[in-house]
Amino acid sequence: MTTSSIITSAMQAAVGAVGERQTVDIERGAILRFAAAIGDANPAYPDRAPPTFLRSLGRAVPDLPDADSVPRALDGGSQWTYGPPVRAGDTVEITTTLDSIKEAQGKLGAMVIADYATRYVNQHGETVATQRNTVIRMGVLA
Amino acid sequence: MSEQPFIDDINVGFALPALVKKPTPRQLVQYAGASGDFYEIHYDKDFAIAQGLPGVIIHGALKSGWIAQVVTDWMGAAGSLQSFSVRYRAMDVPGDTLTCTAKVVGKDEAAGTVRCEIELANGEGSVTTTGEAVVGLPTR
Repeated sequence: MTTSSIITSAMQAAVGAVGERQTVDIERGAILRFAAAIGDANPAYPDRAPPTFLRSLGRAVPDLPDADSVPRALDGGSQWTYGPPVRAGDTVEITTTLDSIKEAQGKLGAMVIADYATRYVNQHGETVATQRNTVIRMGVLA
Repeated sequence: MSEQPFIDDINVGFALPALVKKPTPRQLVQYAGASGDFYEIHYDKDFAIAQGLPGVIIHGALKSGWIAQVVTDWMGAAGSLQSFSVRYRAMDVPGDTLTCTAKVVGKDEAAGTVRCEIELANGEGSVTTTGEAVVGLPTR
């Protein structure tokens, strides 16, 4: 079913969808490589992970139906809230929910703004971080 | 690393030490590998141009890492980053010199936290990325 909006009914119906839960072991080597890639020589690493390291663990974002109509994706930003530190040797479970979608008009035409909420929980059941991430999707330029 | 800051000594208006980055295409590839973000706009120039971009662009998440780093470099071993946010206003490209600055804009003595506003500016001085962080600091 089509509407005048670029948000299709299938897209709208996907709000609340949860991606596959991932379970990841936090490895010292992965922390070191991540810190080196940022250029961050903080002596707290690799015993602890840098704040944005969690993003590298590969969250599974729930599918956005009809994404072919807006194939160009840009990261709009994130809000992170932290609990206890993430340490090498931890095991972290990650789940991502499609929290909301809305339409906006940008310089380059209509855009779909998708907000995802990701929760990271360690082996003690503690929420080590939550991330709200905005993804901006657009059509390819003519 | 600087000395451990204490909340007793930090007031609104305090400027954190700046962080300067000179990202190269090589660093973007390194970050792609370390982060698992292999979106081609960050290392394949032809692909990026076909997407309407000027060329390869820096991962937003990498800039986000620097926005956090300007705070974690300063807060010391006894400091804790409690929350932070980042907003991308414009793209950045490798070869440019990027400078992250941050200042304290709020202080909650009871909670033992300060709130910092963070900016990342390109070589022309335009702010392309902004952030905010709440940082816990120890008392003397």
